Amino acid sequence: MSILVLAEHHDGQLAGATAHVVAAAQAIGGDIDVLVAGENVAAVAEAAARLDGVRKVRVADHAVYAHQLAEPMGALLVELAGAYSHVLAAASTTGKNVLPRVAALKDVSQISEIVEVVDADTFKRPIYAGNAIATVKSDDGLKVITVRSTGFDAVGESGSAAVESVDTVVENSQSSFIKQELAQSDRPELAAAKVVISGGRGMGSGENFKLLEGIADKLGAAIGASRAAVDAGFVPNDMQVGQTGKIVAPELYIAVGISGAIQHLAGMKDSKVIVAINKDEEAPIFQVADYGLVGDLFEILPELESKL
Amino acid sequence: MKVLVAVKRVIDYNVKIRVKPDHSDVDLTNVKMAMNPFCEIAVEEAVRLKEKGVASEVVAVTIGPKAAQEQLRTALALGADRAVHVETEERVESLAAAKLLAKVVEEEQPGLVILGKQAIDTDNNQTGQMLAALAGLPQGTFASEVVVDGDKVQVTREIDGGLQTVELTLPAIVTTDLRLNEPRYAKLPDIMKAKKKPLDVKSPADLGVEVASRLTLLKVESPAERKGGIKVGSVDELVDKLKNEAKVL
Repeated sequence: MSILVLAEHHDGQLAGATAHVVAAAQAIGGDIDVLVAGENVAAVAEAAARLDGVRKVRVADHAVYAHQLAEPMGALLVELAGAYSHVLAAASTTGKNVLPRVAALKDVSQISEIVEVVDADTFKRPIYAGNAIATVKSDDGLKVITVRSTGFDAVGESGSAAVESVDTVVENSQSSFIKQELAQSDRPELAAAKVVISGGRGMGSGENFKLLEGIADKLGAAIGASRAAVDAGFVPNDMQVGQTGKIVAPELYIAVGISGAIQHLAGMKDSKVIVAINKDEEAPIFQVADYGLVGDLFEILPELESKL
Repeated sequence: MKVLVAVKRVIDYNVKIRVKPDHSDVDLTNVKMAMNPFCEIAVEEAVRLKEKGVASEVVAVTIGPKAAQEQLRTALALGADRAVHVETEERVESLAAAKLLAKVVEEEQPGLVILGKQAIDTDNNQTGQMLAALAGLPQGTFASEVVVDGDKVQVTREIDGGLQTVELTLPAIVTTDLRLNEPRYAKLPDIMKAKKKPLDVKSPADLGVEVASRLTLLKVESPAERKGGIKVGSVDELVDKLKNEAKVL
């Protein structure tokens, strides 16, 4: 068995999610190759070569793969997939965009967002916003899979895999990149942070999210938000935790002014410890919280910050 | 330009689901069903394109049991001109759905196809991308803005970390994200008028597509329940518990 892992990278840096996907590949078992596709990605390839358990890193470095548009990435993966039994990618917006194209072109089903490997053909994945866990078996010769990174612990970085270049260059006349606007942040990446503090509609305004910053700095936490806070325009949507946003599973998740709709819970209920701060003691968030504090967040947050 | 919009009948998003006692699946008997929320956004976008004069006709399509015609009637009440129902009682996976839709695309020759980014039952997020691949068309997934300009469409996509704008040649496939628009409600007179709009029923066999499952669903379980927590009385107690009991600080 051999497995191809599509590396996740942004701005010339290997994304943390890749180490989690390699861990899922190890759970399946077999030789693991990592594909790094993009433009000017030598540093990404070097970082990928350090991941434990990787046999070799294959690098497709060409302008057509810049920004990893679905059409050329799909065509490239279809060219390479024939040599593998499994193709894996993170269930990121890139993986979700590209992999179903590969599956359809190879006429196989795709298994989305696995959280557990049962065996090389059988996987567990959440359905219905995480309210049920399905065990599915694939009879396809090629398994195309996206991996929920919070389901697998990242592999270490003490490896030294060989790096080889892939000469395949595909054509793309159908799509082109126009622009990208990324939110700037010095804090840890939401999906990978050990501590996450999130605000909801109860925060009242975007300005009030500053109340979370001091606490986040003291705890080395990432700041998240509920969909209600995003829809109200308090914060940008890449901070959204939930079924349609980011899925997080940190050691500690602090939900502030968040009622706890099913949609939000789907994004954070695998956190180790959940703390809820809410003035409504009937809020559903208290049903999943390990520690709940009923009260006014505008009084509690400054006090919490001073006592950490 | 004709716009094709795909809709799916799913469990209503407010319903708390139950797993069947034999763990074969989720129990959907006597449960309220509705149009998938991302599909509502897709219908809304198609109708807005028509109102702007970009689209000349909006065709809604669904795949599923006879009852799924309710969701097609909803799409018609919201402004779609006519509907196509691919009727099947079988469980249709994303790949088979994409194959069926690819046949409908071949027949209808739309300039743009709009789907939701994922259905809230299977949470797959595959069908639009698979359809694009099978139809040989470019894709603009997770769209928060769609601007048609001549024979191109600019799609602003919600990606991890922010927004990305791509330009696609038409015809193209677009899948909707939550912030693309705010879907309207169907008005009573429109619901009445929708009953008279054309609704064409086909079978997978008519389209020459085999819908048999490629994946076997072995088991469906409830997720591990979280243990009931406690309420603390003060910030001091909270910090103490986090430090000494949970040991996460």
